[in-house]
Amino acid sequence: MASKFIHAIYNDDDLLLQAVKQVREARYHIGEIYTPMPVHGLDKAMGLAPTRLAITSFLYGVVGFAVSVAMMNFIMIEDWPQDIGGKPSFSFIENMPAFVPIMFELTVFFAAHLMVITFYMRSKLWPFKQAENPDVRTTDDMFLMEIDAANHNVDELTKFLYDTGASEIKLIDNK
Amino acid sequence: MYTLSSKLKLTAIIFMIVGAIGLVIGFIQAPSNLDDVREMMAAEEHHGESSHADESEANFAQAEHGMLLDDEPGRNAEGEHTAEAGAHDTEHLEHKLHQLQNKPWAAIYVAAFFFFMISLGVLAFYALQYASQAGWSPVLFRVMEAISAYIVPGGIIMFVLLALSSFHMNHLFVWMDPEVVAQDEIIQNKTAYLNVPFFLIRAAIFLAGWFLFRHFLVRNSRRLDEATDNYYFKKNFKLAAGFLVFFLISESIMSWDWIMSLDPHWFSTLFGWYLFSSMFVSGITVIALVSIYLKSRGYLPFVNNSHIHDLAKYMFGISIFWTYLWFSQFMLIWYSNIPEEVVYFISRIENYGLPFFGMVVLNFLFPLLVLMNSDYKRVNWFVVMTGIVILIGHYLDVFNMVMPATVGESWFIGIPEISAVLFFGGLFTFVVFSALTKAPLLAKRNPFIKESEHFHY
Repeated sequence: MASKFIHAIYNDDDLLLQAVKQVREARYHIGEIYTPMPVHGLDKAMGLAPTRLAITSFLYGVVGFAVSVAMMNFIMIEDWPQDIGGKPSFSFIENMPAFVPIMFELTVFFAAHLMVITFYMRSKLWPFKQAENPDVRTTDDMFLMEIDAANHNVDELTKFLYDTGASEIKLIDNK
Repeated sequence: MYTLSSKLKLTAIIFMIVGAIGLVIGFIQAPSNLDDVREMMAAEEHHGESSHADESEANFAQAEHGMLLDDEPGRNAEGEHTAEAGAHDTEHLEHKLHQLQNKPWAAIYVAAFFFFMISLGVLAFYALQYASQAGWSPVLFRVMEAISAYIVPGGIIMFVLLALSSFHMNHLFVWMDPEVVAQDEIIQNKTAYLNVPFFLIRAAIFLAGWFLFRHFLVRNSRRLDEATDNYYFKKNFKLAAGFLVFFLISESIMSWDWIMSLDPHWFSTLFGWYLFSSMFVSGITVIALVSIYLKSRGYLPFVNNSHIHDLAKYMFGISIFWTYLWFSQFMLIWYSNIPEEVVYFISRIENYGLPFFGMVVLNFLFPLLVLMNSDYKRVNWFVVMTGIVILIGHYLDVFNMVMPATVGESWFIGIPEISAVLFFGGLFTFVVFSALTKAPLLAKRNPFIKESEHFHY
């Protein structure tokens, strides 16, 4: 599929944020933005949907809690209810305080680790993954905005981006 | 400038009057001698309670009494008493009489301490904001100053209550009764610390310290408004740091004196922290509630929902901190199950099941589930609803600390308890909102005020 992109490079995050606003107002479509560090407010300026990672984490925590309760209930109460140092193992609730440290830790463990793995999967990060960096300078001091140029007049778009303060503009043609 | 609305003033005064009347009723209802108790118990039996259940309850109370006062002579005496049914009955009635006589006093004590600890918690939070040079909170300083104003009348009332106990107007503190101490070796060994003069001197020193620190912190904050440099800010920074050191020590000792010594046979090392977390979270909750109220009346245009969000985060976090301490105290004692420590929780779980575990639901589960969501922390009615639940929960917390030691199984949330809350709630509202009228609601020259006005999270 033939597609045309324009890579506009900025050397300041304030300039980038301002450019993002102008580009969105002019109704050009931003494909991706590469920055060396988090730019506060960039996601809002781009109109990205808020992350749902926290919600998944909550659900994973609930799973961890359920696992710990089921595990301790089965092992300590149902399978082999021994008298260990006089602890009451007749029912789960009677011996519950002793299980709370485990319940807490497993809740945190599930919530944290599964959320991190979710993050890796959703952002497609793993060892030996091919880096998708259009310009090595974006990991150091440059900010790169990728704009879909397929249905636009390239010269006009270039002129527009130049006016937003881009220090470098490149046309990328994927044939 | 805030002006106290006549409606609010009237409401506070009505609360105080109704509460005062209720308290008088509570004192009139309390039995004055053994015959009254006998009559009351007979009346209870007439109301359909089977005598068998009553008897077993009485025996249980007796056993409990023996356990709480874990002393050898007492136990021996009890053994003799079981032989003579009549003497047994009298002793039980006397026990009951003391509990019922304590009831209105304990109700006042719980409510007075609850509202006092809110203002003390707010003062600690206020000093913390100065000492940490927080950039978000200076717009709320005047609200905190006003809430901490209650520390003076509330502290004086607390001192009067402690003094009344010391002069044997009531039996709240067992160790103040020379007859009890005479047969109680455990308390005898503690008299070097637990004696009336030293107890009152400590209370006076702590209260004086808190009053003075509050007075100077607030005075410097007002003077900063008129100043041309940051001299008073730097002064307050040092003062706040000094206060926090003093507060940590005095609060810890205060918790042993005012609350833990109600059970003079029991001790817990993290008790001071536990009480601190309770006062801190209720204080922050009240800051949030007062701020939301004032904002809804249009007095705090510079407070935005990010400030409310921050306060709600504190409510959420400190609620969990409280639960952590509550559980740590409970679980360590439950796990090792050493008799002299565990009676504290046995008497609470057996007789106070609902308030004891109910407060964990109110103070932990409810804020945990409601305030976890970032968006909910910005919704005023969510914060108000959770705030009210947290305050009820921490009232119950103080209730659970004081009541089992003073009224035992004769507890009930009735006229004296509710009246005391109404009375001190009215007084608290009156003092706090009168104090709000004393200064403009926005501190003028605080170096962080601009940052705070534009605070956005």
